[in-house]
Amino acid sequence: MTGLQLYLILGAAVFLLGLHALLMTTDSIRRLIAVNLMGAGIFLIMVALAGRISPPDPVLHALVVTGLVVAISATAFALRLITAAARIDSGQSAIPDKASRLASKTLSDVAEDSRP
Amino acid sequence: MTLELMPDIVLGTLLLLMAWGALYAPTRYDAMALFVAFGVVVALIWARLGAPDLALAEAAIGAGLTGVLLMQAARQLPAEVSVTGKRMPWFGSSLLFLVLTCAMFAAHILTDSSFKQAGIDTSATRLLGGPTVPEMVTAALPNSGVSYPVTAVLLNFRAWDTMLELLVLLLALTGVRQLYPGTPQHPRANTASSPQAWPVLLSWARFLAPLLVLLGGFLLWRGASGPGGAFQAGALLASAAVMLRLTGLLPPLRWSSFLLRLTVILGALLFLGVALASLAFGDGWLVYPTQWAGALIIVIELAATLSIAVTLSLLVIGESEDLAS
Repeated sequence: MTGLQLYLILGAAVFLLGLHALLMTTDSIRRLIAVNLMGAGIFLIMVALAGRISPPDPVLHALVVTGLVVAISATAFALRLITAAARIDSGQSAIPDKASRLASKTLSDVAEDSRP
Repeated sequence: MTLELMPDIVLGTLLLLMAWGALYAPTRYDAMALFVAFGVVVALIWARLGAPDLALAEAAIGAGLTGVLLMQAARQLPAEVSVTGKRMPWFGSSLLFLVLTCAMFAAHILTDSSFKQAGIDTSATRLLGGPTVPEMVTAALPNSGVSYPVTAVLLNFRAWDTMLELLVLLLALTGVRQLYPGTPQHPRANTASSPQAWPVLLSWARFLAPLLVLLGGFLLWRGASGPGGAFQAGALLASAAVMLRLTGLLPPLRWSSFLLRLTVILGALLFLGVALASLAFGDGWLVYPTQWAGALIIVIELAATLSIAVTLSLLVIGESEDLAS
């Protein structure tokens, strides 16, 4: 087994793990993480393939850099949609004017909340 | 299996553990923390695979900003309806399917002769007996204006991708802004939040933010000749802004300010301008004149860095104060 083969298998495993969770879980945040994991698996395969030659293929690296930024912008948008949907489900307006006081909590509040 | 593969096996095991944890950890906070850890492991793997650009970008974006985003969203969401406690009827069979698919893939890769000799076989990238794509990049590098191949690909050979990527960022920000129309109702609600942050966090933020700005500037400058560039620099600047904003040290980034809106579209606007100018006066869409290529790339990178930094900060921490017009 070479490093290339190891990373190709890893990439496929991470992709499938993400796909599995996407299909099996119900929590929207976990499903978003699952989609991100699938993306990471694809990136892993691309970078592993780029490493077949030395120096590594710059085109694939550039594509993955682009992909990372696109992935985070899509994730950010999806999270906003998820929170808006949750607000509607709980009977509030989708537009977070009333919720802005809640949203302006600082890190220390978050730490308080997350403390068991 | 040799001793040289040991780091890869350790990293791979860590990766799978983190991925599993990020998906099936008992609480949502655990899952998010493990996803951030997953990002760190992925960054290490990029470094191991000889992709330092990706390691930098992944550490800043995948591990840092995504974590902030998830935490930010999670505290606005109601508590999770039990996920792991509920029995999933198809869990076992789908897991079996997963393992079998992966095993089939592994068997294929391990037996296929074209994957046997890594480092020698490049037939997949060779088109009809011509030069491979990496060879073409190396051949065209002296005329690209920069000496680092990844930057040359991003901003010269495949500048289309980068331009469209800036537009994707703009599109995401536009989508997010749809959720925040009208004027904010609590114009000063956020300004008084700084005393609540921990003192240690405040002093750390004051110490780290200038360092991040310095590092971002260095990466931008370094991008012409080595690993670095507009995305990594933009992500670092955005993380500095996010940190300061979360600790209340930075006032809201107001969408109503003309300067902010200009910065957001600056990168895409400049890129479009260069594309149109090269179409009208040069050799074609986004084909730079050789003697100007270096200067053009630096100007575009500078504008793109600022745009990426502001857009990412707005996407990650923008609240109604920042985003409402």
